[in-house]
Amino acid sequence: MAEEKRIRVLVAKPGLDGHDRGAKVIVRALRDAGMEVIYTGLRQTPEQIINAVVQEDVDALLLSILSGAHNYIFPRIMEGLKEKGVNDILVVGGGVIPNEDIPALKAIGISEIFGPGTTTQTIIDYIKGNLVKRA
Amino acid sequence: MELFEQALKGSSRAIAKLITLVENRGEGADEVMEKIYPHTGRAYITGFTGPSGSGKSTLVDKVTLKLCEQGFTVGIIAIDPSSPFTGGALLGDRLRMRNVDTQEKVFIRSLSTRGCLGGLSKATCNITRILDACGKDFILIETVGAGQDEVEIMSIADTSIVVLMPGMGDEIQTIKAGVMEIGDIFVVNKSDWEGAERTVQMIQMMFDLKQSENKWVSPVIKTIATEDAGTSEVVEKLLSHREYLSQSGKFLERRRERIKAEIKKMVEERISAQVKSLIEEHTSFNLMVEEVVLRKKDLYACVRELTVPLKKLR
Repeated sequence: MAEEKRIRVLVAKPGLDGHDRGAKVIVRALRDAGMEVIYTGLRQTPEQIINAVVQEDVDALLLSILSGAHNYIFPRIMEGLKEKGVNDILVVGGGVIPNEDIPALKAIGISEIFGPGTTTQTIIDYIKGNLVKRA
Repeated sequence: MELFEQALKGSSRAIAKLITLVENRGEGADEVMEKIYPHTGRAYITGFTGPSGSGKSTLVDKVTLKLCEQGFTVGIIAIDPSSPFTGGALLGDRLRMRNVDTQEKVFIRSLSTRGCLGGLSKATCNITRILDACGKDFILIETVGAGQDEVEIMSIADTSIVVLMPGMGDEIQTIKAGVMEIGDIFVVNKSDWEGAERTVQMIQMMFDLKQSENKWVSPVIKTIATEDAGTSEVVEKLLSHREYLSQSGKFLERRRERIKAEIKKMVEERISAQVKSLIEEHTSFNLMVEEVVLRKKDLYACVRELTVPLKKLR
């Protein structure tokens, strides 16, 4: 008598970036695509995000950042996740992230970066197609 | 069952994964719940209900902080509605719990109703048990908060707190049945808004109108949750109510009633599922449906025919 499994996603805005219109658009689009979306709000510390990932047992983490601090914050988040034993979720990033920074971010485990102009459908399809098979 | 052992020891990750397993009714979920049951019964369960926008999440955040300050550990279950069209949900209560979302003593889980009405999700009761078994002293459940008939929280909570705000409608609203009847504690939040005093009075008047055999008179507390005003009183009254229930014997009485209702409901669900498949597997079912539609057969005769073989189940 299994219940239908829903994709659970965390959309997080790390750091001091105060612009979340984009994130909110994504949040609504993912909900409309049938996912359960936890939106953490603005100005999240890595600790808050990692805690939320663990407690909410999400399938995917979407990090949105427009302040330019991605090279500092994203690695801290990935480190923290590893420390908590979380190595089986899909992590993607979005916002204002220059192309030359992308390879380094992918190297630390961020599967994809979605820049300005990406359609919500692209992101939805990517998440659905790239979820990690979890035990 | 390694996950289970780890969860009992307090591993957040294990607790979270158990919750997922049970919420999705995955393989082994029933066994897990059976193993968990003997470890439950210690936690005190408090429900927060009331309309959208009344400030439940902010209040839960402040109440939790105060409980932590007093040395308690807290589990929070925050429920939001699923879309009836897509099945998806925006779970946005955690957002407001900034004071406690990184506290070691606090575990927050956001749930979607997944189509259930009444303010809770089907798995709420089981998830409450998981948090109970894993050592939480208090479990705070924040319901969806959509309407008057959101009384399902009563079937789980020891104390039900109804959170309202000023200007919610005329006097008649408070006399209507439903959510206004279940409150052990009433909170008028955003009490700096116009009409707060009148709202308090309307609620208090409702108790004058109501015949009450109860010795507990539900207090009406004014708060401004965003400013942490009045929230200490909410915690104080919560602990008072717990004390009252324990001293008066009502605590066990209520739990007994709830277990009775839960057992009946679960047995009913399982039998109902068996009956549904039996009916559909009946060889002439589709033919019978056609005959009833064409009025060649009477509906009640059809039902009687189907019930005869089912009586053999007893």
